[in-house]
Amino acid sequence: MRRQCIHVGEKLGTRGIKVKIGAPKEVIEGEARVAMTPDSAAQLQKLGHECLIEAGAGAAAGFSDAAYEAAGVKVVKTAAALAKAAEVIVKVRPPIDAEVKRLQKGQTLISFFYPAQNKELLEAANAQGATVVAMDMVPRISRAQKMDALSSMANIAGYRSVIEAANNFGRFFTGQVTAAGKVPPAKILIVGAGVAGLAAIGTSVSLGAVVHAFDVRPEVAEQIESMGASFVFLEFEATQDGAATGGYAAPSSPEFREKQLAKFRELAPEMDIVITTALIPGRPAPKLWTEDMVAMMKPGSVIVDLAAERGGNCDLTVADEKIVSANGVTVIGYTDFPSRMATQASTLYSNNIRHMLSDLTPKKDGVINHNMEDDVIRGATVTHDGAVTFPPPPPKIAAIAAAKPKEKAKELTVAEKRANEVALFKKQTRNQVGLLAVGTGLMLLIGAFAPASFMSHLIVFALSVFVGFSVIWNVSHALHTPLMAVTNAISSIIILGALLQLGSGSWLVVVLAAISILIASINIFGGFLVTRRMLAMFQKS
Amino acid sequence: MAIGIVGAAYISAAILFILALGGLSGQESAKRAVWYGIVGMALAVFATIFGSEVVLSASGWTILVLMLLVGSVAGWYVAGRVKMTEMPQLVAALHSFVGLAAVFIGFNAELELNRIHALMAAGTPEAAEALNALAGFAKVLAHKTAVEVSILKVEVFLGVFIGAVTFTGSVIAFGKLAGKVDGKAKKLPGGHYLNAAAAIGSAVLLVMYFNGAGLWSLGLMTLLAFFIGYHLIMGIGGADMPVVVSMLNSYSGWAAAAIGFTLSNDLLIVTGALVGSSGAILSYIMCRAMNRSFISVILGGFGSVAGPAMEIAGEMVAIDAEGVAAALNDADSVIIIPGYGMAVAQAQQSVSELTRKLRAKGKTVRFAIHPVAGRLPGHMNVLLAEAKVPYDIVLEMDEINEDFPTTDVAIVIGSNDIVNPAAQEDPNSPIAGMPVLECWKAKQVFVSKRGQGTGYSGIENPLFYKENTRMFYGDAKKSLDQLLPMID
Repeated sequence: MRRQCIHVGEKLGTRGIKVKIGAPKEVIEGEARVAMTPDSAAQLQKLGHECLIEAGAGAAAGFSDAAYEAAGVKVVKTAAALAKAAEVIVKVRPPIDAEVKRLQKGQTLISFFYPAQNKELLEAANAQGATVVAMDMVPRISRAQKMDALSSMANIAGYRSVIEAANNFGRFFTGQVTAAGKVPPAKILIVGAGVAGLAAIGTSVSLGAVVHAFDVRPEVAEQIESMGASFVFLEFEATQDGAATGGYAAPSSPEFREKQLAKFRELAPEMDIVITTALIPGRPAPKLWTEDMVAMMKPGSVIVDLAAERGGNCDLTVADEKIVSANGVTVIGYTDFPSRMATQASTLYSNNIRHMLSDLTPKKDGVINHNMEDDVIRGATVTHDGAVTFPPPPPKIAAIAAAKPKEKAKELTVAEKRANEVALFKKQTRNQVGLLAVGTGLMLLIGAFAPASFMSHLIVFALSVFVGFSVIWNVSHALHTPLMAVTNAISSIIILGALLQLGSGSWLVVVLAAISILIASINIFGGFLVTRRMLAMFQKS
Repeated sequence: MAIGIVGAAYISAAILFILALGGLSGQESAKRAVWYGIVGMALAVFATIFGSEVVLSASGWTILVLMLLVGSVAGWYVAGRVKMTEMPQLVAALHSFVGLAAVFIGFNAELELNRIHALMAAGTPEAAEALNALAGFAKVLAHKTAVEVSILKVEVFLGVFIGAVTFTGSVIAFGKLAGKVDGKAKKLPGGHYLNAAAAIGSAVLLVMYFNGAGLWSLGLMTLLAFFIGYHLIMGIGGADMPVVVSMLNSYSGWAAAAIGFTLSNDLLIVTGALVGSSGAILSYIMCRAMNRSFISVILGGFGSVAGPAMEIAGEMVAIDAEGVAAALNDADSVIIIPGYGMAVAQAQQSVSELTRKLRAKGKTVRFAIHPVAGRLPGHMNVLLAEAKVPYDIVLEMDEINEDFPTTDVAIVIGSNDIVNPAAQEDPNSPIAGMPVLECWKAKQVFVSKRGQGTGYSGIENPLFYKENTRMFYGDAKKSLDQLLPMID
């Protein structure tokens, strides 16, 4: 076995052999996605890797074997042969037992793994001596967003949930006034504004629906509103800080839950479509849309439960099925939304994988360097070097900057505003009077000693400064450069001094005056001309 | 020409100058206003030359005409040839001329005064005859009383001092802006104490000169003032140049006003005061735009850091021209933020071309100009105007800052500190509180930048690490030229 002699997992490919990355066909029924596309394979080859794919692996996602071959990927007949040939296996779903058995010592598996739920699988993979990188464990920090497969899949699920809802909803989303009559817009409530929720908001807003959205984290209100939905506001003190939990929601208190359900009951009769996406990491989905709420909804309404895999947010949800309630409300509990858009999902997922591999190949030389010091790689790695490395230590960087407590700007009463204005006015008066008093004092002091001829010039000077200040404040910012050039030109009025001195009887005075005339006239002509040149450039559109 | 007519010409000139400055409140009125300035200057010069105060011999006339001719040709040549990116250095160079002229004229006043006193002291008939034959400035001097002469001495001293500081300061500013002197802040050992010592020395010399120490004290003071101007500006770094240039502009005005007092010429006083206050206001506007006090700019360096800077999460993500082009093709509204980097790369033509193409497709394209962008107040506006960007889409910070959240794409070209969110987010940042362009609120931000380094202030810019920011590395002009054919 050639692979045996490679040092365990640390530096595959160091011996000049290109690392082979293989993507097998997904074995779970109904799974149409694939972990490698011709495009991603081309990128992986740029990193210095060699790519393998099991025959027919991309067929369900719309990628033919021929397309892979054209991208330089070697097509391997069977999964077993692929598992033997490749050093790195990339997959979508967690491996089944048979796939785990095929893992070899030193081999790396990159796929969704859900290590918290799949303890035995984790042990089994570790027993095989393989390194497992769980795509669902990628920490939620900005640097790792490009490999955050959960987000890219959630994005697709959010989009698809709206499409499924529209498919089962008997009316337009957008309001229209037609010759035949008026059509009201569909009203949609989206519960949970994570990635899926936001994608659902975006999709339904662009279809023309009136969208309301709710989330337990008040800090996402801004994001919801930026997508064009209105935030369902819940008046509740001491809400939790979502940032403390790595950007995910945490369980809420019973009082909060009651308030929330009361709000939903209020909304239920009005809503045509409800899309629930509320999940709390490592727990069953919270029940937020109760049976009585479904009963309150109009016949023909649609509920799409994106949390169906974890028990569902709606009481009536049946995982992987579409049911119709007694009062004619359709409840969709599909769990395979990404797989229903396999081409898109495969493209995004394979890009996530590609980014992960490019972080694992820092030098782009086809050498995999499994750097356990790296926050992202450490977080995603669940078994390595024969040891289970799950759960990872908490990430060093907080997901979102902790929401700073906002000080509410106090609403000022009319009387207070008035008082403030008066105080401000008094302060300004005091300052101005103070300055005037000091100025006058100074003038008096000068006047006591200086002759009358000087004082008359001083008056001119002081007034000119005042005129200058009031004129210059009105100059447009855009014309500051021409202003400088023109003031430059007119400050050469100093030439008058030189002109008056030119008639002197002393040759030295004449020479100095002549030089002054020369440089001042350069300034006059240069300054005015360049100002004119600049001003001529300013054109209106 | 009678004294009265000269006076009337001076009044007209003063009013024309005020109108010339006032007309700069709008682009269209400014085009007319500059003519007011030109006519005012012509009136003043001709009235003085042909007025009764100037009596010239034939050789005097020759010198005058020759000097005016040479000066006008030189000025015309320079103004016609200068590139718009070189405006800062041109303005600085012109300031130095005003400073130097002020020094010369001040010295002349002292020399004339000595000559007249010598004649008066001689008391011979020839001397009395010479006194009677005096004309122009000398005649005015001869009639001054003792108190007036003392005041005159103070005025001469001040005029020369300000003129000398303006001269060397402007020469150094010119050198820095033209790249002939290293742009970094440099100080001699002793720093500002040297300046303080030189200033105190000048004050001592003033007292000595006032008590009749004579020409040498004036000369020594001039040298000290030359040193102050040199050392002060050497200690100020490149990005603070807008403040420095406006400050020197102000000084050149005050120098002219001081000389006006010396010569008892009201037109000089009025004009000097106008220019002086104009420069002072520009300096104030620049300082406010950097949230720094005038003193701190002049003393150089940034304010002290209150604590460790906020940690920046994330990484800089690069993007290629295709990505930028795709985003621009999709965008409806675009805001471009130019900075000094655009001037350095001479990219304004490409920016203009990009603007034209995007506008032709019906997109809203606007420019956001920070008051301290570039090396001269209003520098960016002039560069964009030269590249034929219409001025009504070039907006000030206060006019456009609120529009970023509704903007699809913001493009930052060669600016750094003026778009640094740390000014708002990090109270420990050295630029905390400085008003900045909030471009990160746009849906997407592209930063055209040469490399990963920090800006002039050396402060990390969290903008580059934001999720909606993409770094478009490379020379601004080359990057834009690469982008242009992809906009369709």
